[in-house]
Amino acid sequence: MIEIRDLHKHFGDLHVLKGIDLDVKKGEVLSVIGSSGSGKSTLLYCINSLEKIQQGSVKIDGIDVHAKNTDVNKLRQKLGMVFQQWNSFPHLTAMENVALAPRIVKGKSKEEALYIAETQLKHVGLGDKLKNYPSALSGGQQQRLAIARALAMEPEYMLFDEATSALDPEKVGEVLDTMRLLAEEGMTMICVTHEMGFARDVSDRVAYFHQGVMEEIGPPEQIFYSPISEHTKKFLANVR
Amino acid sequence: MFEYNFHWRPVLKSLPDLLQAGLLTLEVAVLSMVIGITIGLCLALMRMKLEGPLKWFAVSWIEVARNTPVLFQLFFFGFGLGAAGVNLPPYVIIVAGLSFNCAGYLAENFRGGFQAVPDTQINAARCLGMNGWQTYTRIIIPQVFRIVYHPITNQMVWAVLMSSLGMMIGFRELSGETQFFASRTFRIFEYFAVTAVVYYVIVKLILGSSRLLSARLFRY
Ligand SMILES: Nc1ncnc2c1ncn2[C@@H]1O[C@H](COP(=O)(O)OP(=O)(O)OP(=O)(O)O)[C@@H](O)[C@H]1O
Ligand SMILES: [Mg+2]
Repeated sequence: MIEIRDLHKHFGDLHVLKGIDLDVKKGEVLSVIGSSGSGKSTLLYCINSLEKIQQGSVKIDGIDVHAKNTDVNKLRQKLGMVFQQWNSFPHLTAMENVALAPRIVKGKSKEEALYIAETQLKHVGLGDKLKNYPSALSGGQQQRLAIARALAMEPEYMLFDEATSALDPEKVGEVLDTMRLLAEEGMTMICVTHEMGFARDVSDRVAYFHQGVMEEIGPPEQIFYSPISEHTKKFLANVR
Repeated sequence: MFEYNFHWRPVLKSLPDLLQAGLLTLEVAVLSMVIGITIGLCLALMRMKLEGPLKWFAVSWIEVARNTPVLFQLFFFGFGLGAAGVNLPPYVIIVAGLSFNCAGYLAENFRGGFQAVPDTQINAARCLGMNGWQTYTRIIIPQVFRIVYHPITNQMVWAVLMSSLGMMIGFRELSGETQFFASRTFRIFEYFAVTAVVYYVIVKLILGSSRLLSARLFRY
């Protein structure tokens, strides 16, 4: 379970997150929507400690992410993350990309790591690209590679930061399908997304962020068909 | 009219000695490059990651190495330190001078290489639970190495050519040896012509093996 309490994040004078309270239960799929600059990415970065926080707390299964004595490298093994900009390791094949972390972080044997890599690449539909370098993969394939790479660490939570925003329109579907597959398999997911269809169909809950505040959170039907906040209404009117 | 008769026989007779000296040239260049790469990497990291005296030490090294004649840098290790009572043998002077110079140039190549690897690579690695060391050695350095590979090859060629300054400090690498024989036999043109060919062959060998190696190393 992810428990966020009164989370505040500043970049210098800029108050980016203004007291976020949010719980994400095991098995839940939460979509986070909101306009550009509202702090959605920053929220994910605070959850896996890529960014420090100024106030409040984030707990993963009871462990305080930002406590001094927390081993973040260990903690991050529970949290897979996929970024907007695909960032496969260009000097490694698809297989090596996925096998590296299980091998050097988890200490698996080479054979075991390669077996995991092959399994996960097949899982995301890249079974025929095992030996390819990222330069020979499309954007959509690279995003699925990034998903496989994260899954190979057997995370308990997956964080997606606009995983489809940088893709050509015709590649968006294949990545969303992979994310859907994960959701069906019961993965706990927080998906920052601009794909309203995905948010509506796949999520258990949708959170709307506005200028560093979580304006509204609830089941997709509520957010999309009877939003309470004026800001939410306006935002949805614009993206439709 | 002045007439010059070419005499190649003495040169050919001392060819084995010249080739031996060519090996010494190669040895000095390789050693200087190994030291230069190690120090250059440190200087680049000091310049990028540190503040204060260590950063300025690195910046000064790089500035002096890149913006003053190599010959002066050699003279510093030779006559400069000599004046201060530290007398180094010619072999050490040439290796120290070339290493100093190569480190300065390579540091800037490394810095460019590090800057060319996007920060998102670091985030991706950290998100997989890799620590700082693993991120550097497994993700960043291999990519930097590819970027600086050709600059390193060029610097290696330069190291070979610059080592000819050895003859200015009485070191008998390829040029020093040539000078030695040339002045004894007065066949100056013949000796330096043959030596030029030897340099040419050494450089071509370096470039050729570098190309072969790069095809094996970089498949992406
Ligand atoms: N490293 C940083 N340093 C300074 N300001 C930052 C930094 N990262 C983000 N910000 C600022 O924080 C605010 C929130 O950024 P964030 O990336 O979280 O927004 P977002 O909701 O993800 O937007 P988008 O939809 O464009 O991705 C923005 O105003 C942004 O300019
Ligand atoms: Mg963002």
